[in-house]
Amino acid sequence: MVFDINEWDKYAVEEAVLLKEKFGGSVTVVAMGAEEVEDTLRRCLATGADNAIRLTDKAFQGSDAATTARILYEAIRDLEFDLILTGVQASDDGYGQVGPTLAELLRIPHTTMVTNIEIMNEKARVRRELEAGLEEVVEVQLPAVLTIQTGINEPRYVSIMGVRKAAQKEIKILGLKELGLKEEEVGESDSRTKEEKLFLPPVTREAEILQGNPEEVTTRLAQIIKDKGGLT
Amino acid sequence: MAKIFVLAEHRRGSLRDITWEMLTKGRELASSSGAELVALLLGFGVRDFAEELAQRAEQVLLVESERLENFNGAIYQKVLTRLISEYRPELTLIGHTSFGMELAPSLAAQLAIPLSTDCIDLHLEGEKLTTIRQKYTGKVNSEISFPGARQYMVTVRAGSFPMEGEGTYHREIKSLSLPVEETADKTFIEYIDAVVGEVDITQSDILVSVGRGIGDSKNIPLVSGLVEALGATLSCSRPVVDKKWLPKERQVGTSGKTVKPKVYIAIGISGAFQHIAGIKGGTIIAINKDPKAPIFRVANYGIIGDLFKIVPLLKERVSELKAG
Repeated sequence: MVFDINEWDKYAVEEAVLLKEKFGGSVTVVAMGAEEVEDTLRRCLATGADNAIRLTDKAFQGSDAATTARILYEAIRDLEFDLILTGVQASDDGYGQVGPTLAELLRIPHTTMVTNIEIMNEKARVRRELEAGLEEVVEVQLPAVLTIQTGINEPRYVSIMGVRKAAQKEIKILGLKELGLKEEEVGESDSRTKEEKLFLPPVTREAEILQGNPEEVTTRLAQIIKDKGGLT
Repeated sequence: MAKIFVLAEHRRGSLRDITWEMLTKGRELASSSGAELVALLLGFGVRDFAEELAQRAEQVLLVESERLENFNGAIYQKVLTRLISEYRPELTLIGHTSFGMELAPSLAAQLAIPLSTDCIDLHLEGEKLTTIRQKYTGKVNSEISFPGARQYMVTVRAGSFPMEGEGTYHREIKSLSLPVEETADKTFIEYIDAVVGEVDITQSDILVSVGRGIGDSKNIPLVSGLVEALGATLSCSRPVVDKKWLPKERQVGTSGKTVKPKVYIAIGISGAFQHIAGIKGGTIIAINKDPKAPIFRVANYGIIGDLFKIVPLLKERVSELKAG
């Protein structure tokens, strides 16, 4: 598997940089993970983020979504900020839990699945995605956590040169001790949900896979499309 | 007696399907564990909904206030914190929808109840709950347990359970007069309806749908050729809209449109749940290079191969058949 920035986070970082370009201020990116996360953080710096923090410790392994939010909270609580942006969810686990949980720990408002942000003094007026193309507009008091939906912007192209340039910037590394956490407060020992096992989804309907060379399979498929009423 | 809570979800004057789906599963869990199934209904002028819900739960707890007319997670959280603290349900079910994703994580955090999100199944053995959820856009299932927990909160994926379920004879509606406080944290302003475009993909008998696998907007014409040959309509999955390769009106899925064509041809679409949920019926054909793509678990027919080779050939074959 290729290690890459989470799809949703890519849009969140771009949105943060767009807001900075419009209103000034600075953007700090925070990520939890081992050394392979460095590349992702460099990419964020190359996108236009000013500071990067990596949270890493052996003890963090096995943390569930709620515990991950707790670790982020310890890193963020004493920083100054107007807005915290996260992705709606991660493309691997898809919990969709970290952003709103972090907001609760920080005791600040949040809203999720954001597709547009307008800043109005002490408030953000945002559009959230509902189902079937419907959206709603809500106003949220700042500071707040907004979880960003894909498609909110068009993430800029980051050149290799840009990433190289960002290589000189310092990435701050914080572990258990620096965050003032104890081992029993993080990782599997603190997590109240536990992944017991992974298994392949049961097959409900197996597609008939057409066999043969491209000529053969497309001939067969064209006939199937015709038989099923797909030729007008 | 142990209780299972199901939070009713409604919007613009109708109860949403997920509510009935959760009541179906809630009934099954309540029956096997001897728990009482309770529907929670927060809203304004929703007495009719309460009557409907009472057909399917032992008790409906109803909280009405003008402030609950439109969903506001911040206000809901305050009311639900009170209800869950007072009634102490073993299990609370909330939809894994835009509504539930806004509400459940912070509610669970405030109440210090462990939460498992986006679940497709739940099992209750004695007092021990396990849930099943998916990872890697549906390629793998994962079983989640809650070590040492006494109370659980779960958000349920839409479409995981049937809407029709067993009824009840008990039917009690309990109207609660709780104070519902205003909050400056979050204010609902308005709904914005989907933009009506020039194409209505829901009206087409044949859809040719493209996904991320198409790689670039410049490859769309390749597929358009096939669309033309078939007399079909071009649709797509979410990433194609996110990347602005096609307009939103052509998107199939939970955040786009629900379609019921005779034939649905998915090209370079992996088949994330959010996409598949938008296809209701018809013959599904998938063309994808990844044999493990979840789309092959819902498709009737599949071709595993390079779409850039397959699509032009298929167009030729279709044209021949038509001429033929």
